[in-house]
Amino acid sequence: MAAPLVNAPKRVRRGEVFEVRTLISHPMETGFRPGTNGTIIPRDIIEHVRCRFAGETVLDMALSPAVSANPYLVFYVRADAGGALEMEWTGDKGFSASYSTAIVVE
Amino acid sequence: MKQGSAAVAFFALLAATALAQGIADPRRSGFDDMGTALQAIQRDDFSNPAALWLAEGESAWNRQAGSAGKSCADCHGGPENMRGVAARYPAYDTMLGRVVNLDGKIEDCRIRRQKADPLPHESRARVALEAFVARQSRGLPIVPPDEPNVGAAAAAGSALFTRRMGQLDLSCAQCHEQRAGQRLAGSIIPQGHPTGYPVYRSEWQSVGTLQRRLRNCMIGVRAEAFAYGSPEFVALEAFLMRRAAGMTIETPAVRP
Amino acid sequence: MNVGCTRRAFAGGFAVALLPLAANATPETMREAIREVTGDRAVRGGRIVLDIQPLIDNGNTVPMRVRVESAMTDGDRVTALHVFNEKNPQPHVLSVRFGPRAGRAEIATRIKLADTQKVVAVAEMSDGSLWTAGIDVIVTIAACIEGLE
Repeated sequence: MAAPLVNAPKRVRRGEVFEVRTLISHPMETGFRPGTNGTIIPRDIIEHVRCRFAGETVLDMALSPAVSANPYLVFYVRADAGGALEMEWTGDKGFSASYSTAIVVE
Repeated sequence: MKQGSAAVAFFALLAATALAQGIADPRRSGFDDMGTALQAIQRDDFSNPAALWLAEGESAWNRQAGSAGKSCADCHGGPENMRGVAARYPAYDTMLGRVVNLDGKIEDCRIRRQKADPLPHESRARVALEAFVARQSRGLPIVPPDEPNVGAAAAAGSALFTRRMGQLDLSCAQCHEQRAGQRLAGSIIPQGHPTGYPVYRSEWQSVGTLQRRLRNCMIGVRAEAFAYGSPEFVALEAFLMRRAAGMTIETPAVRP
Repeated sequence: MNVGCTRRAFAGGFAVALLPLAANATPETMREAIREVTGDRAVRGGRIVLDIQPLIDNGNTVPMRVRVESAMTDGDRVTALHVFNEKNPQPHVLSVRFGPRAGRAEIATRIKLADTQKVVAVAEMSDGSLWTAGIDVIVTIAACIEGLE
């Protein structure tokens, strides 16, 4: 599976609100679909996406099977101080992925 | 066969006439027939989920594989050297002595040059590398080779295109030429031009090849689908690329 | 028409592959799911912009953007945003809790819609007020239906 893709600026101005866009490979199997042999394919989804910036929460999102495969998420962060933008995806079957990047606030 | 060549000639004539008269090309990419939501996803590289496959394909391009210990980059250099390649496949391969599509050529390189184990058809790694290579030709016109073996394959493909098949007893042409632009349930029937493969298809929720799409159609008409990599599919692909000659490569496209 | 089958048989052959399989949510189950968030508190219309194209050609990939009008300052924050649907197997789509670093109460994502239906967003504000918006979406091919490959 590919590493998550995260699109965020490297430098922002203090107080600025900046956009973060993320994509991650995941089937988001609903648990309601039959496989080719007719039995239901077990649910396999990302249950949570969390983002922190400079040590504090930006958002914590709970996903359901109604979120599309290869989840795409765009959200907005306020840059009061510089620091690490940290992302974490967790889900069924022990799924876990993370991403971290430093963003300079000037 | 005769009918096939006639179909190719007809399309070429249509396009040429349209150009000469300054009329818009009557051929339409599936892009033009889909909803604005999916069009917006295709227009924005980062929002296109195929970006995940391209990233994997790029890693594979630079990663050594097989007992030869070579990466694609070791022989071919940067991916920019692949610009234009997807626009001219299927092509006749003198080493193999047959017409191959881009997927077949990459796999041949993998086995013969890298001395690596073959990758299963339609596996994520195989599709990702083809998508990455084909992506380098985005924006270029399709230019099928003017070569007799490719010509023969395209003629065979044309015959398959117009042959009824399956329990529904339908040919490709009955939907994608005679009824293109009409609706099947709520969806517009596209003309079926292979401008964007491998594509991210919403129905699949993943990236897949033209042959996967053709198999879906064959299963749809209740026909026994040709095998991946079969001469029939390479022939159909050669025909479809001639039929779409001059249209613009969109890879990786997004489709419903 | 020179096709050797009728239009009905033609469409019907495909429809066999397209039978929905799961028992679905209903407007009632959606209302119950919303009530779990809101309790008996009043929910007012407004302050939310719920943006989904009204006509979608494949329900597996439905782009959605939700924005709640709020300064996102200590005195005026959106604490949570929930999205529900009427006719998927389950009424929940997603829930977002916004923390102190959230710059806007706005997200964009892509969702699955199993049928033509209403999507509803509910926002919880720091002053305890609740706001809602809904949108009707027509889906021409539903999500999650092609099992054959």
